[in-house]
Amino acid sequence: MQVSNFTPYSALIGGLLIGSAASVLLWLTGRIAGVSGVVSRLLPWSASEGAWRLAFLFGLVAGAAAYYAFWGGAPLARATFPGWLLALGGLLVGFGTSLAGGCTSGHGVCGLGRLSLRSLVATLVFLGIGIVTVFVVRHLAGIQ
Amino acid sequence: MIARVLAALAAGALFGLGLAAAQMTQPSKVLGFLDFAGAWDPSLLFVLGGAVTVTLVSFRFILRRKAPLFDEHFHLSTKTAIDPQLLIGSALFGIGWGISGYCPSPAIAALAAPNSETWIFLPAMLVGAGLQRWLASWRKKA
Repeated sequence: MQVSNFTPYSALIGGLLIGSAASVLLWLTGRIAGVSGVVSRLLPWSASEGAWRLAFLFGLVAGAAAYYAFWGGAPLARATFPGWLLALGGLLVGFGTSLAGGCTSGHGVCGLGRLSLRSLVATLVFLGIGIVTVFVVRHLAGIQ
Repeated sequence: MIARVLAALAAGALFGLGLAAAQMTQPSKVLGFLDFAGAWDPSLLFVLGGAVTVTLVSFRFILRRKAPLFDEHFHLSTKTAIDPQLLIGSALFGIGWGISGYCPSPAIAALAAPNSETWIFLPAMLVGAGLQRWLASWRKKA
């Protein structure tokens, strides 16, 4: 196996920041930083839960914007990646995380932190299926 | 209420900063990690490992408290069942993630510097989540 583009320091710093963010949210508000749930539960609007959810999402965008403003590196669109495949990917991510009740942040970062077996199973399934899917898309279908 | 909103804003900002620092908003970075047959990029292991190391330690201390600082109780899922919804949902998510290189957090954070992919992926993701919720409520009624 060949290893490339490995950026251990920025990855570790980013991971520690994400873990700290989830800790701050739980410690101060008692809520789990599960982004798919925060987004999909915005509607119907909840008088008690809506405001913190919007604030969290606004902060998420603002934090990334601050990073790009100081250090650059905003991602560019891939030149040859087909739009229909991107749309299919989006539909599956939205549908799947809603059905499973969590994504990489809710099940992955927070669920594993709570030692939830349910979240561990979810994480292993989406990681495993993700690896198989990349093999099919990149190496069998030849789409990059 | 105000304290809760400000706390969520701060937590969100830390989260977004971390995602951008880790280059998680770059789909090719994520796909490089999931690609064992190509040139493998282990970075995401450090992202998830770093994040989970923090939550594993901090959650133990936080959940020992009776309540969070700005609320009367914790709001935690009580689900423990490993049911078909969890397995099928996670599998579908894995397919979409492996196809696109986006999971929900980076897809939202991408609004900080949107490109043409953002405007396709994000609406599709919202439609997918809405569709699932609509189907679930429709099945409940039937």
